[in-house]
Amino acid sequence: MTDQPPTPTTPPRPPTQGTRATRVGPVRVVLVDDHRMFRTGVRAELGAAVEVVGEAEDAEQAVAVITATRPDVVLLDVHLPGGGGRAVLAALVGTLPDVLFLALSVSDAPEDVIAVIRGGARGYVTKSITGPELTTAVRRVADGDAVFSPRLAGFVLDAFAATTEVATVDEDLDRLSQREREVLRLIARGYTYKEVGKALFISVKTVETHVSAVLRKLQLSNRHELTRWANARRLV
Amino acid sequence: MTTTGTTSSGLPVEAVEAPVRRLYRSSEGRVLAGVAHGLAEHLGVEAVAVRIAFVVLAAAGGAGIAAYGLFWVLAPQSPFGADAPRDRGRDLTVLLALGSLAVGLLLLLYALGLGLNPGLAVPLVAVGIGVTILWRQADDDSRARWRQATGTSRLSGAARAAGGIALVVIGAGAILLGPADLDGTAGGVVAAVVVAAGLALVSGPWWVRMARDLTAERNARIREQERAEVAAHVHDSVLHTLTLIQRHVDDPREVTRLARSQERELRGWLYRPVRGGGASSSATNSSSLSLTLEQVAAEVEDAHGVAIEVVVVGDCPVDERLVAMRDAAREALVNAAKYAPGSAISLYAEVEPGQVTAFVRDRGPGFDPDAMPADRLGLRQSVVGRMARHGGSAVVRSVVGEGTEVQLEMPLDPRSQP
Repeated sequence: MTDQPPTPTTPPRPPTQGTRATRVGPVRVVLVDDHRMFRTGVRAELGAAVEVVGEAEDAEQAVAVITATRPDVVLLDVHLPGGGGRAVLAALVGTLPDVLFLALSVSDAPEDVIAVIRGGARGYVTKSITGPELTTAVRRVADGDAVFSPRLAGFVLDAFAATTEVATVDEDLDRLSQREREVLRLIARGYTYKEVGKALFISVKTVETHVSAVLRKLQLSNRHELTRWANARRLV
Repeated sequence: MTTTGTTSSGLPVEAVEAPVRRLYRSSEGRVLAGVAHGLAEHLGVEAVAVRIAFVVLAAAGGAGIAAYGLFWVLAPQSPFGADAPRDRGRDLTVLLALGSLAVGLLLLLYALGLGLNPGLAVPLVAVGIGVTILWRQADDDSRARWRQATGTSRLSGAARAAGGIALVVIGAGAILLGPADLDGTAGGVVAAVVVAAGLALVSGPWWVRMARDLTAERNARIREQERAEVAAHVHDSVLHTLTLIQRHVDDPREVTRLARSQERELRGWLYRPVRGGGASSSATNSSSLSLTLEQVAAEVEDAHGVAIEVVVVGDCPVDERLVAMRDAAREALVNAAKYAPGSAISLYAEVEPGQVTAFVRDRGPGFDPDAMPADRLGLRQSVVGRMARHGGSAVVRSVVGEGTEVQLEMPLDPRSQP
């Protein structure tokens, strides 16, 4: 019922070279999390490259604050009062195409991860991420790229694993290329994008392109396998 | 001073509520059911006068008996004597009174020339007495409950109940009047069905409600159990860990270990699908690869106070070769924990067609593999050697300043493949 593919509301967002070149000054960020202590901690950890322009502690407030401040990136908690991060994504992804979302959660349950990515988030990191890593992730999302944690990469490999064995020639959306698979494997092994590039003899930019392509497939593919996989691993 | 205020203001309220006069059956000074006494009180005459009136009326074709019975049924028991002791003798008098009421009614009807066939009248009276006894003996609360349960509190419900009672009466009458009216057993069956239908009509809502109550109760019980389970878990394990952490504030390693161990347990409890057998160590050999690796990582985390991120893609049952691989992975993790303390350690495993690959990576200081220190020989033997002995392979890559990665590969036993 709610698993409708978000195709109409989330047009694929290819990394735009223009954004990357024209960005000046710190990335403007809104923090959405229902734990004040956590927001304070994140604010302190984010470096000077990031400017926190607003905070919200539930879905309704988040929609208001984000609409008012129009940040570059929203750090969005998955579990929020008032419908969770999904409600915020559902309300804003279609209407504010310039605001990008990075999901940040303690939960690494597959259904949570897949739900926010399918809802339009540009990446997913767990709250155990270190300050510098988070700053990098925010910048990366602001530049239009995707951010995959090792676990998210593992989920994607797992979810798409069954589809490689389907021999039918299908549209690109439903399968990962060999190179994308290699990139995801390295990310799942704990490699940074830079290390991935070095291991595969490609540039970081190419790594980012591959990851963004995977994100797009993850968001737009309506293969039954993806849903079935998420359902099979859902929490009880 | 305030107490006097409340008492003085309390009195007038009672005085306002008092004067509604109702006819009650008296529980004091009664002979049978207190009807005469109550009526006398209500009318402001002597009880004896009322009793004489009843007796006279009773002699005149039984009307007094009927009237007495009517008052008995309609007038409520005086609320002031509600808790008067009820003895067995009184139950007997009730039966006696109801019997006399019924007989009086019959006599009255007979005298008016409306006499019923005794074969029909006697069982009807018996049923009537039974119902009346039940009704009279119940208190107002249970009566309200019955009315609600059978749906007779609404007009439609009352009509349905009346229809049901009519069916019961007709059916019962047909049975009791016997084969004279209905031919043979077929008629008896029809009559029985009619009675059953009538009973169902009357009691239907009650059964429905009973079933609904049962379901609601079961759901409530399940919810309560879940809540209790969460509470017990939080209490037993989380509070316990928090206490321990406060006690070990001076030992960061122990604090990390405790926090990590609690986090792992809570995560497993919250997010993991319920699997048969659980993740106890005795189940290691028979469980899946992902469970086994997660458990190994948990053990190393516990023993060394480090954090290990485990990502497993795909899954398969654990056979002898994968047990060797698990042990090699454990050794690699222990090495990472020892020589790269405080760094992020990750364990990645992927089940591919035909083989399982695993990587243990740390971001510690690293070392020069060509000049492997003597104390790292353990890595060579227990990881590389063990994998080789079971038909697999292991590669150790390390760059000074960037960390170490151990790659393990184990071909799957073709016989154990599904």
